[in-house]
Amino acid sequence: MVLLFAEVQQGNFKKTTLEAATYAAKTAELLGVASVAIVLGEAENAAELGLYGIQKVYQVRHDHLKNFDNQVGAIVLSAAAHQLEASVIVLSHTSNGKALAGRLAARWNAASISGATGLPTLKDGVLHVRKGMFSGKAIAEYALKSEHKVITVMGNALQPLQHGALASVETLSLEVPSPKIKIKEVKRVEGIVPLPEAELVVSAGRGLKGPENWGIVEELASALGATTACSRPVADSHWRPHHEHVGQTGVAIRPNLYIAIGISGAIQHLAGVNNSKTIVVINKDADAPFFKAADYGIVGDLFEIVPKFTAAVKKLKA
Amino acid sequence: MKLLVCLSKVPDTTTKITFAEEGKRFDENGVTFILNPYDEWYALVRALELKEAHGGTVTVIHVGPSANDAVIRKGLAIGADDAVRIDATQSSSLFIAKQISAFVEAEKGYDIIFTGKETINYNRSEVGAMIAEYLDQPFISFANHLEINGSTATLDREIDGGTEVVEVETPFVVSAAKGMAEQRIPNMKGIMMANKKPIKVVPPVPFDEIAVPVFYELPPAKSGVKLIDADNIEELVRLLHEEAKVI
Ligand SMILES: Cc1cc2nc3c(=O)[nH]c(=O)nc-3n(C[C@H](O)[C@H](O)[C@H](O)COP(=O)(O)OP(=O)(O)OC[C@H]3O[C@@H](n4cnc5c(N)ncnc54)[C@H](O)[C@@H]3O)c2cc1C
Repeated sequence: MVLLFAEVQQGNFKKTTLEAATYAAKTAELLGVASVAIVLGEAENAAELGLYGIQKVYQVRHDHLKNFDNQVGAIVLSAAAHQLEASVIVLSHTSNGKALAGRLAARWNAASISGATGLPTLKDGVLHVRKGMFSGKAIAEYALKSEHKVITVMGNALQPLQHGALASVETLSLEVPSPKIKIKEVKRVEGIVPLPEAELVVSAGRGLKGPENWGIVEELASALGATTACSRPVADSHWRPHHEHVGQTGVAIRPNLYIAIGISGAIQHLAGVNNSKTIVVINKDADAPFFKAADYGIVGDLFEIVPKFTAAVKKLKA
Repeated sequence: MKLLVCLSKVPDTTTKITFAEEGKRFDENGVTFILNPYDEWYALVRALELKEAHGGTVTVIHVGPSANDAVIRKGLAIGADDAVRIDATQSSSLFIAKQISAFVEAEKGYDIIFTGKETINYNRSEVGAMIAEYLDQPFISFANHLEINGSTATLDREIDGGTEVVEVETPFVVSAAKGMAEQRIPNMKGIMMANKKPIKVVPPVPFDEIAVPVFYELPPAKSGVKLIDADNIEELVRLLHEEAKVI
């Protein structure tokens, strides 16, 4: 059986959970076993996981699950995996998903793949999974030879695929210890899609000259419905918040569209973004290394080009 | 306070990645190795700051062969008091976590175990969680702020789309993200001292590898950039819409 950890964020499933659901369903199909999901705490739309191929949803409700703690999560999930006789646990490659996956691998003595970038294959009866390495500069294929396996699915590695009906939801009662971590406060960046989940990203670098010039970047992002990002020196000089820093030492992303404005394309920057499906580069220097990694490029002054770009996008959407 | 910082050795960020033996092995020929930036810039420096403010010791630990001693010496040069190297060549996350937690269990008394949020080669960000699980300790991942008051620590951790402020009692394991500290450049005295500080070599505990890399490859190359005239932005928007189908 393949068991999906269906991560709930603020009462709902995010796209990353639906991607992981699709991944779990496809893996179960490959192995010829059932796919089930476990939800810790409350989720309004638990049955909807069925639409993505999950056959049954188990919900664990407990006061101790109000806030997610990976130590508690690992205990509950491995108990569930044991009870349901699961052989593979699939999670999304989110902040909590990664921490939980590591703990589960240790607790369950499971081979683990952190950040799978494609669906698994079977070779001589052994499950093979691919993941990115060197911050996207390479791909590695792993053979998972153990009885138990834990896989986290990289955001945007596949599209959520609706092909089923609503699943039945059943309550699973398991012992839930109290968390040792107290959550004092949660600060959310409201209204934007977080970078790892974003399908469209507008990113800008030192070519913008200063934080006061970011208006044109934000206007383009808002016309597209995109999330904004930046290069490292931009975050380091506090022109933009740290969470926008992408690259080898920032967030690694793989959106459908990455628009790089006034970014030279240093190897460390490319490492975090070169798995984007489509890359557009706007730079006044025709020799900027970023053009080598781009699908579309415009050589010219960003201060003239970006407002025109925004206007053209608005025209398309009108 | 007794602090332990896990160090990893990674190829320099400018490394051009190539593979040998038809993709079976990462080609280390001509590659410069460095201390994993997250371990060095954030985890180690914050541990040193805590020691400076509250007293105690900072030990660095690395799982690897003696050829990796340079990376450990870098940690000592930045200011760690002593070092432990678990003498092994395996590199799976579970193996490394098992070795480090076995050492901690034998040695006892570490208040905080630090890792970087991930290594820049494998990008797994698993080892901290695994150590925490083997030791049955809380794990705070992607922390970009850490304060300690007696045995209570307050941390900010990055979650998807925001930040969580959490409180936890020692002992615990933490993975350090950007913002936890500022990079320190080792000075001459630090580098000299590093050569005199001890590196304790410990044999590994037995552990079977269960996830093995079969082969590596490079991502498909881009077919080449299509240049669009700066005066014809509408053409770019059309291509993104009709050809790439991304907007
Ligand atoms: C260990 C290490 C880790 C690193 N990690 C990262 C990382 O994670 N992410 C990251 O981004 N960097 C990282 N870097 C830094 C990286 O090497 C580069 O220095 C950085 O990416 C450069 O940022 P930039 O492109 O914004 O600035 P620059 O390199 O200064 O490029 C600015 C670009 O803007 C263009 N430009 C200027 N004016 C205009 C205009 N009017 N119109 C159009 N174009 C214009 C210029 O032609 C130039 O190409 C790392 C470096 C090291 C050593």
